[in-house]
Amino acid sequence: MNSESSTETKEIIVQFKNVSMEFPGVLANDDVSLEIRRGEVFALVGENGAGKSTLMNVLYGINKPTAGEVYVKGEKLESFHPSVSIAKGIGMVHQHFMLVPSFTVAQNIVLSKEPRKSGFIYDLAKANEITENLVKEYGLKVNPKDILRETSVGIQQRVEILKTLYRGADVLILDEPTAVLTPSETEELFQVIKRVVREIGMTVIIITHKLYEVMAISDRVGVMRQGKLVGVRNTSDVNERILAEMMVGREVLLDKLERTGKVGDVKISVRDLFVADNRGLPAVNGISLDVREGEVLGIAAIEGNGQSELIEAITGLRHIESGEVFIQGKNATKLSAREIREEGMAHIPEDRISTGVSGPSTIVENIIIGKERRRPFSWKGIHLRKSSIIRYAEDLFKRFDIRGAGISTQVESLSGGNMQKVVVAREFSYDTPVFVIAQPTRGVDIGAMEFIHDKIIEKRNNGAAVLLASADLDEVFRLSDRIVTIYEGKITGHFKAGEISKMDIGYYMTGDRRETGDE
Amino acid sequence: MGNLSEIFNLGLFQNTLRTATPVILAALGGLLTEQAGIMNIGMEGMMLVGCFAAVAVSFAMANALMGVFAAVMCGIVIGIFFAVFVVKLRSDEFIIGMALNTFAAGTTVFLLRSIFGVKGTFADKGIIPLPSVNLPWLESIPVIGPLLNGHSVFVYITWVFVFLVWFLLYKTPYGFWIRAAGEHPESLATAGINPDKMKFIASILCGILCGFAGAHLSLGYLTMFAEGMSANRGFIAFACVIFGMANPPRVFLAALLFGFLNALGLRLQSVGIPPDITAMTPYVVTVLMLVYIVTAGEAKRRRRAKRLVAEQKT
Repeated sequence: MNSESSTETKEIIVQFKNVSMEFPGVLANDDVSLEIRRGEVFALVGENGAGKSTLMNVLYGINKPTAGEVYVKGEKLESFHPSVSIAKGIGMVHQHFMLVPSFTVAQNIVLSKEPRKSGFIYDLAKANEITENLVKEYGLKVNPKDILRETSVGIQQRVEILKTLYRGADVLILDEPTAVLTPSETEELFQVIKRVVREIGMTVIIITHKLYEVMAISDRVGVMRQGKLVGVRNTSDVNERILAEMMVGREVLLDKLERTGKVGDVKISVRDLFVADNRGLPAVNGISLDVREGEVLGIAAIEGNGQSELIEAITGLRHIESGEVFIQGKNATKLSAREIREEGMAHIPEDRISTGVSGPSTIVENIIIGKERRRPFSWKGIHLRKSSIIRYAEDLFKRFDIRGAGISTQVESLSGGNMQKVVVAREFSYDTPVFVIAQPTRGVDIGAMEFIHDKIIEKRNNGAAVLLASADLDEVFRLSDRIVTIYEGKITGHFKAGEISKMDIGYYMTGDRRETGDE
Repeated sequence: MGNLSEIFNLGLFQNTLRTATPVILAALGGLLTEQAGIMNIGMEGMMLVGCFAAVAVSFAMANALMGVFAAVMCGIVIGIFFAVFVVKLRSDEFIIGMALNTFAAGTTVFLLRSIFGVKGTFADKGIIPLPSVNLPWLESIPVIGPLLNGHSVFVYITWVFVFLVWFLLYKTPYGFWIRAAGEHPESLATAGINPDKMKFIASILCGILCGFAGAHLSLGYLTMFAEGMSANRGFIAFACVIFGMANPPRVFLAALLFGFLNALGLRLQSVGIPPDITAMTPYVVTVLMLVYIVTAGEAKRRRRAKRLVAEQKT
């Protein structure tokens, strides 16, 4: 083991040979051959559904490839199971954390490799000790005894990384690690990556679709499109524009959103709102804000700071403890979700799968829901008029460019992007003056994202008032005319577009600074 | 007032321990499957088969221990059967549970009639019951002595089981794996352990414990087999699992409460309350308690939210 010179060696640590992975009806990986070298940071980029995660899940043993071979440190993987890959030194931090919420931090780190005394008794004290030693060794601060459910997303990610280190991983796969982090947390994560690569010769594979991160952290970059690996480059030889074109297969122009129209009357008014979360703890602590017609007000906040509860309260999905909500001047504090919609509001909920669509229902049914009592779709709310419903749905299906086998396809069989388009098609066809939109493009590919952004701006230009909450800062910056930051249920900053940079806004999102007189 | 002392005496509490025992055993099994993420309503059937197997083998081999062994073996077989359908074939756990209960009711009746040629109940001197435990030194302690002494052996074994199940779940890695399999199976799978295997094991353990419950019912509590003798105890056990939030000591207390209400019901008959009414007592109280837990939890959450918001404002 001469790992001292590891960063300089060109030893191949992971090799994919003609790997294909077919799921029923989808070829997720198509004849991929790729070599990863010891001690490098390799970025794997591509749109959603390009097959990046699938390929890494093959390496981690979750997927068994339908064709091809995988070699780790020169040895062929004979069977595909996480325990086999873990034993070979592969560690993976998934996009959705693989952690048990009711266990402590330490219990999650040692899961499946618990320290024992007298053979079968779980040595809980030792687990805490192991965790503390890992913290000391790698400088990733966590508290071993914290219950995981009560820790922040950033901490949970550290727990995931420590979990792989405890298992002796020397190849670390990070699947979209920054999607849930603030800019400063991202910066911290990158420092950690650099340190483990430099100090212990770790190999890091990072899956992402944020190109500036590729430029910032990686040595080499591989681009995937529709299951194929379309190219591998040295990061120093490319720029963001080149990568974007490789990803999409055509030129992408993300910066042209034409804004027209004038700002008018207040359409959404929130006054001194207090809302509790599911556990009964205060989530929104006295928020006041106004959204006027012809503008997009963006909420920038780290997940879990009350923005979800705020949106739910405004849309009538959550009980308001105190304060008031006005929609188009009418007090909507005590109205039900349906009554609020009747006041002229449409809503794109943050989680399309649990609240946005009904998975087992068809596209037609999901498009018509909420309008089924209206003319011309029903006769006095009793009899549904199939032909006009189908004609209507067919029209939206085409206009919103939903890609599926047809309008009677089950929604749950659609990709995330197309599922989201179904939600957007339904909500935007209401033509209401008020839109409350949460996470409109989460897990959606660039093509669909462009489309949805265009639609949102089109609504704004036509005089709609839009309240937007998104965990994706780029999205908030791209769409908003004004931005408020929320931290621990309070507004911590209020800015006009262009007044503040993405880097600086992080301070407000973590409560480090507070602007005076922002309410 | 004379009536009251007739109802609330030592016998009531002795009865409580006796009647609670089969429910505790079944509930311990049910909480294991619950922790492993399976909604198991099949305890009723698992228990009934255990009752029959225990009586049949005890009679045939003139040995109570062999009867218990047979009941446990049947429990294992049914546990595997349940797991194959629910875990491996991913059938609906509710439907399979129902099917299991119906199957058990029908099969035991059929076997009772075809093997022993009797309808309704089979009671015979040839059925060897489980022994009772009589400890002279315990007997001499006032109140506690008579309360705890002289029960069928399973009453005591059950208390040990409560501890063992708790120990398994919270003090061994295997318990953590079972709980992880129920709460977040993907995290266990990516750590290299198959969550389905854990669910399988939980189902089999549940079968074993229900086998014990059945054996106790037909060889310890009574010495006979009667058609449908599990008499909804499996469902009460399920209620106790939910009531006790699948935590062994809490489930134990819930089952004791049920036993107490059952014993109380029997005694109320002696003061002239119709048996149909008294038989309802444990079930009515169970329903009321479950409703109370949910509404009280919600009310508590509401009050807390109000209070905390008020604090925030000042």
